[in-house]
Amino acid sequence: MIMRYKFEIGCVAFLVLAFILTQLGLNRFFFFAGFAVLQFIMIATAWNILGGYGGYINFGTAGFLGVGSYTSIALIQWSNVSIVPQIIAAAALAGLLGLAIGYFTLRLKGVYFAIATLALAIVLETVVNNWDFVGGAAGISILPTRKPELLGAVIVDRKIGVFGNYKEFLFFLIAGMTIFSVWVARTIEKGKLGRGLNAIKDNEEAAESMGVPTLRLKLIATTISGALMGAAGGIFPSYLTFIDPLTAFNLEFAVYSLAMPMIGGTFTWIGPVLGGLLLGTVQQVAIVTISSELNLLILGVVLVVFVTFAPHGLVGWFMKKN
Amino acid sequence: MSEPLLNIDSVTKNFGGFTALSNVTTEVQVGERFGLIGPNGSGKTTLINCISGLLNNDGGTITFDGHNLNGMKAHKRTAAGITRTFQIPRPFHSMTVMDNLKIPIEFVSGTGASQAAIAEQAMSILETMGMAEKAHQETSGLTQIELRKLELARAIAAKPKLLISDEAMAGLTGNEVDEVLEILISFNEQGMTIIMIEHIMRAVMQFSHRVICLDAGELIAEGKPDEIVKDKGVERAYLGV
Repeated sequence: MIMRYKFEIGCVAFLVLAFILTQLGLNRFFFFAGFAVLQFIMIATAWNILGGYGGYINFGTAGFLGVGSYTSIALIQWSNVSIVPQIIAAAALAGLLGLAIGYFTLRLKGVYFAIATLALAIVLETVVNNWDFVGGAAGISILPTRKPELLGAVIVDRKIGVFGNYKEFLFFLIAGMTIFSVWVARTIEKGKLGRGLNAIKDNEEAAESMGVPTLRLKLIATTISGALMGAAGGIFPSYLTFIDPLTAFNLEFAVYSLAMPMIGGTFTWIGPVLGGLLLGTVQQVAIVTISSELNLLILGVVLVVFVTFAPHGLVGWFMKKN
Repeated sequence: MSEPLLNIDSVTKNFGGFTALSNVTTEVQVGERFGLIGPNGSGKTTLINCISGLLNNDGGTITFDGHNLNGMKAHKRTAAGITRTFQIPRPFHSMTVMDNLKIPIEFVSGTGASQAAIAEQAMSILETMGMAEKAHQETSGLTQIELRKLELARAIAAKPKLLISDEAMAGLTGNEVDEVLEILISFNEQGMTIIMIEHIMRAVMQFSHRVICLDAGELIAEGKPDEIVKDKGVERAYLGV
């Protein structure tokens, strides 16, 4: 019985651990770095739903993240909407964008689909660059709400809040979002949708001929994948407290979002989790110890090593060992 | 005579300025074993792509079991009862043999069934094909005949009314051809209508009740196998004399 629910138990245990960590009064940098790692895992997991299961390489991660970020910014500018509705709206909008992009581009295969999604990120960045309401090219600063409340309890306050500061609160929030994303990905993988997407990845025409409604499954995948990326972007402005189009639409995200699942292994939910954990941690360590620019070089080297020696990622490598 | 299962009426397909099929008209009866022959490039695969829905015909109408297929998506045609195999086997290579069969069962013939029931159905098909011991193997380790059989098994798993076999025997030895023929005939005897595209004349002549021959996108002959082999037009198409 317990074995059957070990994933769910693991999720709850992780959340409890994340909550306890926020109560220990650790150095704020721990939560800053921890947030970045968890956000990476979430992005990798979201990417893998379309890229890993369905075989459609999305280079537009930055576009979806950026739409998420700027949905939050627009809502803050409009009427200081609080963070949870910000994230929900960001997910909804990015999900709709996923659906639309899916509909218009999924007839493109392979590298052409990848190019179309890359173009999406650039077009959206240009739009935001020219939209003054959300700060335009100069970017915008976010002032966190003082003593935000939820259901009568003060969420963030040094003395009476559930969390002592914003970094701890956001850390716990992204921990929850990441767990949710992993749960979604795992549910897809183990279900009919995942099996259909796998068939599409292996051979789309054969899948269609064997009764798999390929277009519909791909649209569901782009929508879910886009929504999760949007949510990961929606929380971003509150975490950074300053955001500009260059950061929100940073093309590095496109590289990371496909490198992480590839390094971890694309065929199962654990792959993006491991890849995100590894690359996220390496990046945070590199930024502190070496330089923030060099982490891309490290990423490149790690990617080449993995593609050469472990083409099925860490998970594939471990499975072969056993 | 009862309604034909498949009615192909003046079907035309162009690729740019090239006419791949021109005004092809024929019909396939319920339970028939129907042979489709013609030299390379004569439009055989284009015709079955139009029937199975991977291509849409530019002109004419295809009717199957009372449904007009024009514009219908391929997966819907599969659900309506048409499945096909591919000339070059296209297995789902990241899956085991068994999982390959589970896809059409889960999406077409056994929607809503439990995983256990789906596995059971897949296994019973593999048993009739003599492939039970390969069930949990990856497809990459299969031999040519096993790939061909997997291609057929996967198509049959969708429980079609009409099975289109696109050169299921290409590259097989004499004994293996007989083995595949036997499998096809046994499924036909259970009520499945079968269209067979084949270059191996011995097989297609032995198998078919009726044969049509395409040449350069046009239907040039239609009749019983022994009539077709004597047909002057067919001889000219194949031998160029």
